[in-house]
Amino acid sequence: MDTEIGMVHRRFEHSLADLDVGVTRSTPDTFASTLRELVSKPVVGTTLPFAAVSLPDWIDSDPSPATLQAATTSVTGASLGIADYGSVVLPSTADGSEQVSLFADLHIAVLRASDIVSDMPTAIDRLGPQFRDGDSAIIATGPSATADMGSLVRGAHGPKDVHVVLLEDGGGTDE
Amino acid sequence: MSKTDRAGKADRIRWLLDTEGDAVEANTLGFNQGRYDSVADLDDYEALKGEARAIKEDAIERLPALIDEVRATVEANGGTVYLADDAADANRYIREVAAEAEADRLVKSKSMTSEELEVNEALEGDGVDVVETDLGEWVLQVADEAPSHIVAPAIHKSREEIAHLFNSQFDPDEPLETAEELTMFAREQLGELIADADVGMTGANFITADSGTIMLVTSEGNARKTAVVPDTHVAVAGVEKIVPTVEDLAPFIELIGRSGTGQDITSYISLLTPPVDSPVVDFDEPDVAFADRDDDRDFHLVLIDNGRMAMREDDQLRETLYCIRCSACANSCANFQSVGGHAFGGETYSGGIATGWEAGVHGQESAAEFNDLCTGCSRCVNACPVEIDIPWINTVVRDRVNRDGEDGQFEFLVEGLTPDAEAGGIDIQKRLFGNYETLAKLGSATAPVSNWLAGLDPVRSLMERTVGVDSRRELPEFERETLRDWYDDRGPQVAATDADREVVLYPDTYTNYVDVDRGKAAVTVLEALDVHVRIPDVGESGRAPLSQGMIATADTQASRVYAGLAEHIDADRDVVVIEPSDLAMFHREYEKLLPEQSFERLREGSYEILEYVYGLLANGADAERLRSGANGPAIAYHSHCQQRTLGLDRYTTAVFDDLGYDVVESDVECCGMAGSFGYKQEYYELSMDVGDRLATQFTEPETRDRLVVASGTSCEDQLGDLLDREAIHPIEVLDPRSQRR
Repeated sequence: MDTEIGMVHRRFEHSLADLDVGVTRSTPDTFASTLRELVSKPVVGTTLPFAAVSLPDWIDSDPSPATLQAATTSVTGASLGIADYGSVVLPSTADGSEQVSLFADLHIAVLRASDIVSDMPTAIDRLGPQFRDGDSAIIATGPSATADMGSLVRGAHGPKDVHVVLLEDGGGTDE
Repeated sequence: MSKTDRAGKADRIRWLLDTEGDAVEANTLGFNQGRYDSVADLDDYEALKGEARAIKEDAIERLPALIDEVRATVEANGGTVYLADDAADANRYIREVAAEAEADRLVKSKSMTSEELEVNEALEGDGVDVVETDLGEWVLQVADEAPSHIVAPAIHKSREEIAHLFNSQFDPDEPLETAEELTMFAREQLGELIADADVGMTGANFITADSGTIMLVTSEGNARKTAVVPDTHVAVAGVEKIVPTVEDLAPFIELIGRSGTGQDITSYISLLTPPVDSPVVDFDEPDVAFADRDDDRDFHLVLIDNGRMAMREDDQLRETLYCIRCSACANSCANFQSVGGHAFGGETYSGGIATGWEAGVHGQESAAEFNDLCTGCSRCVNACPVEIDIPWINTVVRDRVNRDGEDGQFEFLVEGLTPDAEAGGIDIQKRLFGNYETLAKLGSATAPVSNWLAGLDPVRSLMERTVGVDSRRELPEFERETLRDWYDDRGPQVAATDADREVVLYPDTYTNYVDVDRGKAAVTVLEALDVHVRIPDVGESGRAPLSQGMIATADTQASRVYAGLAEHIDADRDVVVIEPSDLAMFHREYEKLLPEQSFERLREGSYEILEYVYGLLANGADAERLRSGANGPAIAYHSHCQQRTLGLDRYTTAVFDDLGYDVVESDVECCGMAGSFGYKQEYYELSMDVGDRLATQFTEPETRDRLVVASGTSCEDQLGDLLDREAIHPIEVLDPRSQRR
């Protein structure tokens, strides 16, 4: 691994640690078992936009309002990680990634290590053409939070906890 | 302002200090410190602000074209754009959208622009149930109160108050107590209300013209739910929110959270290009999978003019449109830290920049209500991520308000004391303080009788009654022999021919007529470092009238001061200034009052006294000739607000450090006196409350026995009143003759 890339990855993980967001490295081979250790059931998810991995069949990958409401964990794909901030970019999709990433108490974002960029301008430069094509995305940094009730509380309207699964290699190309 | 108005204002402020002051203080101080910590992590904060500023300048410059572009892109995406002339026009359109959607309930995420419209009331009139989903906004909706802060609307309420509110309003099975319990209760309640909402309304922090993307900056996640759960999304935004491209968003994403609540970034930056692909979350069809839905989403972007296009044409108010509503100017403001937006705010907006917004969208009367609370301390200037000169906007609006005023009934009392360039109608109190130099001249010429008279109870009570000078304040005592008289008699002790440098010591009004000692100390220190000193006959800088919004008078005085100093600058003499508020005039406000070349020349040729001493020592002057820390006192130092904005406080602490002094420096934004502000009857208690934060820092075990040192006149007076320990200027500490402990 290139040293510079290695530093960016370390910075990303350091930023996640500051946010109290867990990170687990995984490969296509270990992906299913990694998820199994992280989730609490029921789990919902949406199709991952990566060729090398897909959601294990014990995850409901075709959620409805009812199953979304009942889920305690959700799993969705992230298109970018931003090292400076520990942010993940969550694309909005027609099968509901935006909602799925929002309602459950624990959100697991699956990110390819090769999609980690150093800083915000780089991330926005990547997103510009996509938005001009009509896409939407959320830059999510840590869990949902509020201080409106007198002190900091996690999980105001969104997840109380966020975990990043980092796909080390073989993440492959976009589907 | 009449005596009754002053007393009423003082009562209102006292009530807010008592009921909301503690919660507002704790929250704003936390945000403000967070800002300092967070921006320190940036590689180049100043460059990032410059970039953000340039984007906004460009966007406002070509706003009409950007509005056309955003209309085209949003419509091409399948949405609708409505450009509303004013609040009534916007509300009419939004009511139509709600009616068409047959909406029983509309859920909202936080939007100050929607508050400006008072759209809730308009919709409720049609029987629509409007629900605020931001937790802070919801607390206020339940309590039927107005926001006290543009970003964190309920900062004036403590956790205990919110718990009491919820427990009495909702009567839960178990009484709610902790922040966690309150949050989860609100989440549950609001979750149900969002689930069967028909329309979601958001604001927009930014809109990109090239893609029709709206950016929402939030942490709770309610804006995300509001935008995607119902099938109809209405976004309301001022026209000034448009930037040209997606790429322009980057600096704002990095600055907005840091500048506001001191977060590097908020939890969610939503970048939605509506109508979005995300499926509707329809709980009436709970078992239909999202992937199987075929939604036809409805999106309406309601762009609001409501005075903004006129602000764009107004050379003084235009900068207001660059505002990204981060709240840095509120959090960094000493007065705001004490009273919050319920005093420091108008119909909708609060904090320093609110004067520009209120004057622009609601009219000058709304701005006039609170505009005086900006003391011009300038601490917001460096905090603003788009480099708006917020104090200047406050000054301009004050000037305009002055010109609309009615003739004061006691005008005759100050007529001879007020040779200003202002039209009639200006408030008598402002007129008196604005002409402080004339008062000081007279006071000095008739001292000590003037001081005796001013100290008499009947005189003080008359002053309070007529011009609102609070009788609890000790008045400055005028010296019979002015600094210039003293120096003319004494003459220079370092001849120009023997000198390393030549200095023109600017005789600011306070040093010349009141605190002559610090002027003498300045002369002694400069001469000890082989400097030839001149003290020319140059008048007041214009700071006093400017602080009262008397711009014409300040302009006249600036021209006179420049005329009096120009020849010295041409002769390569350095202009040295003791009073930071006057130096700040030379370095900041004169840009607005003098031709550019004159401003540049004076700015480049003028120095704060300790900055100058630092420069002399760095260039080989003999530090041994000054009093050192070895035989000097331990110091508690308070720099001056405007001096800190100019970045000049560091020279004072560097000189003290180099000379071996033991120094503890305050870190409050302002002492609270701010020139005449603390003398005014209606603001005396607020001034003391602000000062209390400084007093606390200087009465800790670590600081309480130290010599109190302050760079500004007002700070010295305020510290004297707060601590019963006299404060002196740093130059008096360094004076080799000084015995001060």
